[in-house]
Parts: sequence; C-alpha cells; structure tokens
Amino acid sequence: MGWLRFVLIRTILRPLALFLTGADVVDRQRLPFVGPAIIAGNHNSHMDTLLLLSVFPARALKWVRPVAAADYFLKTPALSWFSRNVIGIVPIERVKAGQGVDVLAPAREALEKGAILVIFPEGTRGSNEQEMGPLKSGIARLAAEFPQATVTPVWIQGAGRVLPKGAFLPVPMNCCALVGEAIEWTGDQARFLGALRESLEDLRQKAPPLQWRDPGAAT
Amino acid sequence: MPQLLAMVQNGTIPPLAWGMVAVVAFLCLGSLAAILIPRTAGSASYADLKPRMASWWVMAALVTAGVIGGWQATAALFALVSFLALREFLSLAPARQEDRIPILLAYLTIPIAYLFIVVNIYMFYLVFIPVYVFLALPFIMACIGQTRGYLASTASFHWGLVTCVYNLGFIPLLMRVPRWDAPQAGAVGLVFMLLVATEANDVFQYVCGKMFGRTKITPKVSPNKTWEGLIGGWVLTSGLFLLIGPMFTPLHGVGLWVTALALPPAGFAGDLTFSAIKRDIGVKDTSHLIPGHGGMLDRLDSLTFTSPLYFHLLAYYSLATY
Repeated sequence: MGWLRFVLIRTILRPLALFLTGADVVDRQRLPFVGPAIIAGNHNSHMDTLLLLSVFPARALKWVRPVAAADYFLKTPALSWFSRNVIGIVPIERVKAGQGVDVLAPAREALEKGAILVIFPEGTRGSNEQEMGPLKSGIARLAAEFPQATVTPVWIQGAGRVLPKGAFLPVPMNCCALVGEAIEWTGDQARFLGALRESLEDLRQKAPPLQWRDPGAAT
Repeated sequence: MPQLLAMVQNGTIPPLAWGMVAVVAFLCLGSLAAILIPRTAGSASYADLKPRMASWWVMAALVTAGVIGGWQATAALFALVSFLALREFLSLAPARQEDRIPILLAYLTIPIAYLFIVVNIYMFYLVFIPVYVFLALPFIMACIGQTRGYLASTASFHWGLVTCVYNLGFIPLLMRVPRWDAPQAGAVGLVFMLLVATEANDVFQYVCGKMFGRTKITPKVSPNKTWEGLIGGWVLTSGLFLLIGPMFTPLHGVGLWVTALALPPAGFAGDLTFSAIKRDIGVKDTSHLIPGHGGMLDRLDSLTFTSPLYFHLLAYYSLATY
C-alpha cells in the first residue's frame, strides 16, 4: 500500500495543498529527512497536515507520519481507511489518556521504525490563530524516550483561513510554514515544553501577517 | 558580423529567432556575472544573484513555452500567474473572517475574464472587472453584513483584481491579434516586446542603481530606488525600444516614441506602488515563490502597470483589431 500512498500524495494531495496554500516554507533546510524525528507544529486546520505532508521531499515521504486523534479520524470506515493508508496517520486514543492505557504506544512503535512523526502538541485544532493552546506532555515523553530523535518546531501561519474548524469549503489563501532550530531533550519535561513553546512563539513573531484583520476584536 | 546585422535588419533572420538568441545570450551573461561578481566583490549584497538568475532562466523558459503554444497556452499560463498573484495579494490585503466567500468569488473572476479572451469578446473583457465586478463584489459583501473594515476590504480587493487579473490579462489578449495586424513578428512579437521592455527596464534600473545610485527618490517607501537608477533604466530601455521596437511591433513614428518613453516610468511606478503596499502591510516580499526574487507580485509589480498602458498605446496607434 506504500506505493498507493506515495502516488496519491504526490499526484493529488500535494498539488491540492499547493493550490490551496502556496506551501511557502521558510528555512526548509532545517527539516529532518530521516527518522526517527519529531515535527512539532501549531494546529488550526486540517490544512496543517496536508501542508506538512507536502513540504517534505519525495524520498522522505514514506517516513512522514502525522499523529492524529483516533476518536476523530477512525470514526467511519472510509475516513479510517483514508487516514491510515493515504495520510498515514499514527492513531492516538486521546480520550483514553489517563485511564491507565498506554496511548503513546503506536507513536513509540513508529519512532522505533524510524518515522518522522508530525505532532500537534496542542492536541486539537485551536480556533484562534493568534493564540496557542497549552502544550500536552506526550511529545515531551516521546522526546525523553528517543533522545536521538530531533524535535523540530514548525509554525504554520494562515492555514486556519483556508479551512477553519467547522468549515467545509476551503478557500485558497497563502500559508507560510516557518521551520525552527531543532530542540534538544534537556532532561526536564517542563523545561522542554517551555523551550518548544518559546521557539514556536518566536517563529510566530517572524511570520508574515497572513491573518484576518478585525479592527473590532480585542488586540 | 556586419553581414549578420544586415540579415537581422532586412528580415532574412526572423525577428523572434534572433530575439530569443539575444535573450538567451543576456541570460548567459547574467549567469556569468552571478558566478563572478560574488567572488570578486565578496559582498553579501550580491548573495541572491545566483538564485535570481536561476529563476530568470525558469521564467524565460515558461513564457517561451507559453507563446510557442499559441494564445491558448499563453492564456493558460497567465491565468495561473494571475491566480498566484491574486492569492498573494488577497492573503496580505486587509480581509475579514466574513470575506472568505467574497475571496472565493474574486478567484472566480479569473476563469470568467479568461472566457472572454477565449471567445474573443474584447468589449466584455474590457468592462467585466472594472465595471461589473467592481459593483457586484462590494454589493455581495454588503449583503453579508459585516461593516467593520468594509471599505478597506472592498477597495483593496478591487485594486488586487484590477492589477493581478485585469491588467495582466492584456497579455493573452495581445496574443489574439491576427498576423495581418502585426505583420512584423505576429502577436508573439507584441508580447515579446512588452516582456523584454518591462523586464529589461527592471534589470537596467537595478544595475544602474547598484552602480551609480546616490540620490534616493522616496526613502520612506523604497530606499533602494534612486534617480540614477530610474534615469539610467529609462534611457537604456527607451533606446532599446526605439531600436528593436519597429522589428517586433507595427509601432512607428510618434507612436513608437510615445510607447518607448512611457513604458519605463510606468514600470517604475508599478514597482514603487507595490513597495508602498508592502511597506504598509509590513512585509519585504509578498511570498517566497520565486527564489531570489520573492513572490509573484515582487516580480510582476512593474508588468501590472506596463501591460495595460502598452496595450492601450498599441491599440491607439497601430492595431486595427482593438
């Protein structure tokens, strides 16, 4: 099935992502092309996943696996088939977290096989592009267990305009993915998450103003 | 060498053939400069010369493939170019959450405007965006009902549509000129001359500015623009146009002189106007689409001003078609 995923991404999903977002990447050379590695991005839209699948070169594509919520993406058989075989998701049963279930097991398994995991540490799509939600600790636990896997922060600007949460009709608008320097595992969960957050905030500051203007909203 | 020049002048060698050879020769020269200058000057300000030249090759190849493919391929190419330019513009323009559907409708004007080029109804092309879209889009946005920031959004959307779609569309429209109306080098010759004059002006201004630039014109809008660059580019581009214009276009006499003198300042004006917009928005480049140049609009800024002017002057002085 690997070839089908490759063909569908390169011939349909990637051109679609380019059409809808422009897939503008700043500092592309910072992206890891071999696993095990972790990409940590902000999350506002399904476009985030499509965009990140599109910025990797063809030779790295088979390693790129987005971590996604099992309760959402495995809901119907068709969506489940598409999510697993085309997008190549690593399903996480986030609703079972804290119930004594090892929800990170599939992610760990993927990293052991050398995957480039795409993780949205906010855990869900935020509605406001200008504010990042709190970062969940799962990414820190993975970083601790795989110190050889680099964690590369990527700030995606503008995807929430192309396809906001709840919308069905995508509207083409330029998006920009800013790739940051890889973050080292420092041995401390809180400090690691702080460094990741700081790095993402820095990238956000550098991002072009691809956002809605709302003079009436509080600034 | 004199024989070769004579063959160019009496038309034994078709103008487009030697024109393309000249473009390739200049690109080779530019690439050579891009390799040599950073070595001798060792300055960081020339660091982007290499990707800049590489992108020139790609753009020249794409446009050549377009015009060789006839008006259909040129129309397809410029429809895509307009889409990319408009997407850049609308993404940076002051748009509100409620403008998602109007933005989608703004893209829809591209296939409609190009439909008028395909069926060759010039009158409809001419009024579609400046009249009908101009009135309809703000009306639709009024119906949606968000009045906060309304004028800024409607006005900038229209400005983007005119520059990115309407003005650039005159290029494929020129491709529909029949051979008898432009016997020198056909419709391709008309487009070739516009693109060569506009891009040569950009390059001449850039080179003259780098070499002799001292007196800034508008330090607040674009600190890189100097009187030396503007005038150097103007003289060189007008000279080039007077020299080769008559071999590619039916322009002659007053029409030739007016066009040759008007295009360079129009290109400069386009460049400066987009600089003001970028400065207002707070970006240096509109995207990173074209390595070494920036976004689509960073490359096309001057062309969005020269193409409607060139079309009008050609239509007024020389073309029977329009």
